[in-house]
Amino acid sequence: MHVVVFTKSTPDTAAKVEVDANGNVTWGDSPLVVNPWDEYAAEEALQLKEKQGANTTVIAVGPEMDNDALKHCVAMGIQEAVRVWDDALEGSDSLGQAKALAAAIKKMGDVDMIITGKEAVDVNSDAVILQAARFLGWPVLSFVAKIVEIDPATGAIKVERLVEEGRETVSAKLPAVVTVVKEINEPRYPSFIGIRKAAKLKIPVWSRAESGRARSEVEAGAAKTKVLEKFPPPPREGEVEIIPSDDVEEAARILAEKLIEEKVV
Amino acid sequence: MSGVFVWIEQFKGEPALVSWQALGVGRKLADEIGEPLIALVFGQNVGELAQKAIHYGADEALVADDQTLAAFRVEPYAALVTKLIEERSPRFMLAGATTRGRDLMGTVAGQVGAGLLSDVIGLDVIDGNLQATRPIYAGKLLSKEVAEGDFQMATIRNRAFPTPDPDESRTGTITQVEPVMAEDEITVKVEGVEEAVGEVSLTDANIIVSGGRGVGGPEGFEPVRELAEVLGGAVGASRAAVDAGWIPYAHQVGQTGKVVSPDLYIAAGISGAIQHLAGMRTSKVIVAVNKDPEAPIFSVARYGIVNDLFKVLPALTKAFKEKLGR
Ligand SMILES: Cc1cc2nc3c(=O)[nH]c(=O)nc-3n(C[C@H](O)[C@H](O)[C@H](O)COP(=O)(O)OP(=O)(O)OC[C@H]3O[C@@H](n4cnc5c(N)ncnc54)[C@H](O)[C@@H]3O)c2cc1C
Ligand SMILES: Nc1ncnc2c1ncn2[C@@H]1O[C@H](COP(=O)(O)O)[C@@H](O)[C@H]1O
Repeated sequence: MHVVVFTKSTPDTAAKVEVDANGNVTWGDSPLVVNPWDEYAAEEALQLKEKQGANTTVIAVGPEMDNDALKHCVAMGIQEAVRVWDDALEGSDSLGQAKALAAAIKKMGDVDMIITGKEAVDVNSDAVILQAARFLGWPVLSFVAKIVEIDPATGAIKVERLVEEGRETVSAKLPAVVTVVKEINEPRYPSFIGIRKAAKLKIPVWSRAESGRARSEVEAGAAKTKVLEKFPPPPREGEVEIIPSDDVEEAARILAEKLIEEKVV
Repeated sequence: MSGVFVWIEQFKGEPALVSWQALGVGRKLADEIGEPLIALVFGQNVGELAQKAIHYGADEALVADDQTLAAFRVEPYAALVTKLIEERSPRFMLAGATTRGRDLMGTVAGQVGAGLLSDVIGLDVIDGNLQATRPIYAGKLLSKEVAEGDFQMATIRNRAFPTPDPDESRTGTITQVEPVMAEDEITVKVEGVEEAVGEVSLTDANIIVSGGRGVGGPEGFEPVRELAEVLGGAVGASRAAVDAGWIPYAHQVGQTGKVVSPDLYIAAGISGAIQHLAGMRTSKVIVAVNKDPEAPIFSVARYGIVNDLFKVLPALTKAFKEKLGR
């Protein structure tokens, strides 16, 4: 079984993200990290490697900054890493990136399962993965909280998904795309040996042509959504009103009255 | 042919509130471009829902009533939506940005090669194209984006738009449509759903009371629950409380949990880490209860009480019981 993790680098979640005078997004000197959701995906892939002898690969479509995420996954224990990029992908939208991801999977040829986080914490487009699945013609099992079983012989897979109303158990057939939520596992820390391996690793870069897509299909000109502007959200209005609470009962009554007056209760 | 499609999501016949919000937005878009608003209602025994969609503003409802569509599955739903897009050539399609809405719309966008604006909190038609405002970097920034092409899609964030008032005197056309996939062509099978019973859904809730590390243990959520109950609200939690195993992950609010936007958010024993704020900062009124006057949560709060939550929450529960007569 060959399991592929999709990932990308994102600014650390604790970073102060701002827009500079040129309209570019900056995050000061905060480090780049692997998209936090994808750590759960990498961990799940590693458990499939350990339990079922799966081969594991991690792929990112993106510029050099995505090497950080790829290396983190390799340091955790993922065996191979590939970055897909060339200048035609600059400014591409989710459709373009999904096409490039799907093409890379087709090129590999033997992939049984793609596993990835439920979304990217930066642009939250939540479209890349679904569109890639569509281009491959594979079913998507999203928001997976538990892989109940995989039968490598028949390709049957059963999972539990988190939906609004509770947990849904569904079964499907591989090849499939699985997106995971945090509940699924506890990601391991990279090992010392893993970190050394990742540091030495030269990550192959596949161009769009190598993964078999025409420039016109993926480049910015083909994008169906465009970003016009990024800007900070309006600040929350007003200062906090601290209600003195030497007498807690009295404070609670005052607060309750204010909330009723504001019609939020 | 033309129009604006809105997918009406349902679970066991119960509509998702965000679908009515999407219809409200769809009504505005349809009026702006002068085209009909068309509700897509799929499921089993959903005729009544189609009627409701018309009360909420649709001009027409396309209804597919079939066993294969009883529980939501991407494959048959996306195949049917794709067929209807081919038949009707709508301009726009909207749905709620729920687990199902995201799956359906992302898949259809890939299938028909359409631009998709996801999880939007503002939506307009400018020069004939959809233009949206959507949070990025977990709400630390906003992005203004535009779609291009003949057919454009958007998913809308729950509670970001008002729920329209239904008008029971509205009439419209109800058209039956047939599913495109037979059961044996569908690879995904739903084996069952274990429902979280008796709980108010976090993303639908008007009021959320959340507990953090300050509650100290699983039993520390009791006063949180009691207050939520008097207020008819849902129970939320910080990641610290979830990671400690005091409450299931489904309750986590924040960057790696749920993003919520209630009218009232009460944070008890939560410091207000940036990842937590990302999930609740758009709440209308935020109340912070924390022993530490320096806790960052106070910087986004409207009201604060600096005291022990084990004293404050029971007192609040009591005060609301008296004032609301519950
Ligand atoms: C990648 C990543 C993703 C994350 N995603 C999320 C997320 O989705 N959601 C989330 O919440 N966090 C998330 N975090 C974690 C976040 O950084 C914080 O660690 C977490 O929110 C802290 O939870 P807390 O406020 O409950 O705990 P603490 O920060 O420990 O705060 C506890 C607070 O309780 C107060 N307190 C203690 N006892 C009492 C008492 N008796 N009465 C009143 N007040 C009391 C203390 O003064 C303190 O302010 C994420 C972190 C990372 C790295
Ligand atoms: N360019 C990309 N290359 C590889 N993985 C990606 C890329 N964009 C998104 N993903 C992954 O797909 C999942 C969903 O992301 P998104 O669709 O952007 O919310 C996340 O786990 C991402 O890490």
